[in-house]
Amino acid sequence: MSEIESRGYVNPNVLVSTEWVSQHLQDPKIRIAESNEDPLLYGTGHIPGAVEIDWTRDLNDQVKRDYLDHQGFSALMRRLGITKDTTIVFYGDRNNWWATYAYWVFQLFGHERARIMDGGRIKWAQENRPLSREVPQYPPSDYQAAPRDDKKIRAFRQQVLDHLQAKGHLIDVRSPAEYTGERLHMPEYPNEGALRGGHIPGAANVPWARAVNPDDGTFKSAADLKAIYEGEAHLSPDDDVVVYCRIGERSSHTWFVLTHLLGYPRVRNYDGSWTEWGNLVGVPIER
Amino acid sequence: MPRLPEKLEETLELLDLVPDRAERIQLLIDIADRFEEVPPQIARRPFSLDNQVPACESEAYVWGERRPDGTLDFHFAVENPQGISAKSLAVILDEGLSGAPLEQVAAVPQDLVYRVFGRELSMGKSMGLMGMVSMVASMAKSLRGIPLRPGPQ
Repeated sequence: MSEIESRGYVNPNVLVSTEWVSQHLQDPKIRIAESNEDPLLYGTGHIPGAVEIDWTRDLNDQVKRDYLDHQGFSALMRRLGITKDTTIVFYGDRNNWWATYAYWVFQLFGHERARIMDGGRIKWAQENRPLSREVPQYPPSDYQAAPRDDKKIRAFRQQVLDHLQAKGHLIDVRSPAEYTGERLHMPEYPNEGALRGGHIPGAANVPWARAVNPDDGTFKSAADLKAIYEGEAHLSPDDDVVVYCRIGERSSHTWFVLTHLLGYPRVRNYDGSWTEWGNLVGVPIER
Repeated sequence: MPRLPEKLEETLELLDLVPDRAERIQLLIDIADRFEEVPPQIARRPFSLDNQVPACESEAYVWGERRPDGTLDFHFAVENPQGISAKSLAVILDEGLSGAPLEQVAAVPQDLVYRVFGRELSMGKSMGLMGMVSMVASMAKSLRGIPLRPGPQ
């Protein structure tokens, strides 16, 4: 049993270790992808052979607030030389925050051959594993993506309103100061954020980073995660859960934890999140 | 007065000459390599929360040290070792604003961040970086017209 398997996750195969990655650097069926919050970080050195997937540039529609469509996703996959048989291993900075976001977007297109490197960039660096500044080039693929399916893992505002009325479970993964409405946005920058502070009524506050060990960025054990999400936030695996943050990026991390590590089958990420809810007219807000 | 300080404008013009994203990223990384942390005579850990940049997830800190001519030398710390953008911006602000007239520093706009990094920044990242600009400008703003008093602010 591997160390990751020993942590008791429902789906341990969704994680790979840094050691596993180091043994698959030359594996043609594996594509390693770095996805960071800091846009300069990939250029300072990355896992040899890793491609960069930049959230704002590669995964978003460049005009409207939405993710890329299946044609855009196909084009991205072709450019990165990824086929339907390629297993993508995501990793990144900030405890894999953006890596899990990219992972979640990939699931909207049903690319299930995807993994997260446990510990992300910080663990790889701590172990003094090699980094390269060479940007790899792979032969383009002929990837044909299925149409994006938003139903299962994505929630829109009307669905969140319905969920609220049905007294469904909500997890707000922002900081306590954002949750209470104490911290809303930058002073002198009122348009960057939301006009109202607080949280969606009934939402429990579980900051996303509680799911990781701060020293090396690895995910906590299933027992520790259950203590947080089931012991403190009173969730159970049968629950229909909506998670949110400011724009849906931090909450994709919690979505990943609940869905794959604890095996909850009905978790949706509300990517409109507080930048939508806190600007909507007439919706209920709790402080 | 409020134009951008001359040295800052020079750096921005240099960046404007590099529209290619990969080349600009490399230039910004090279700038970050010049980052020097706040000297111990100005501040030691644990740093005061008064000097912490609000909303910056790279845990950046800013200090202003008054020069004999009344202008400010800026010093920075970035606690997140992966906070390369914060380090790069710290160097740009230090080299571009230290010693500049306070009137000009006080008027530096936050959207300077977009001119440096482009618009392809996450909201959280841009807010944190703008917070660094805002804090530097606020320090200059608060000292305009105040008689010289040595020591870190």
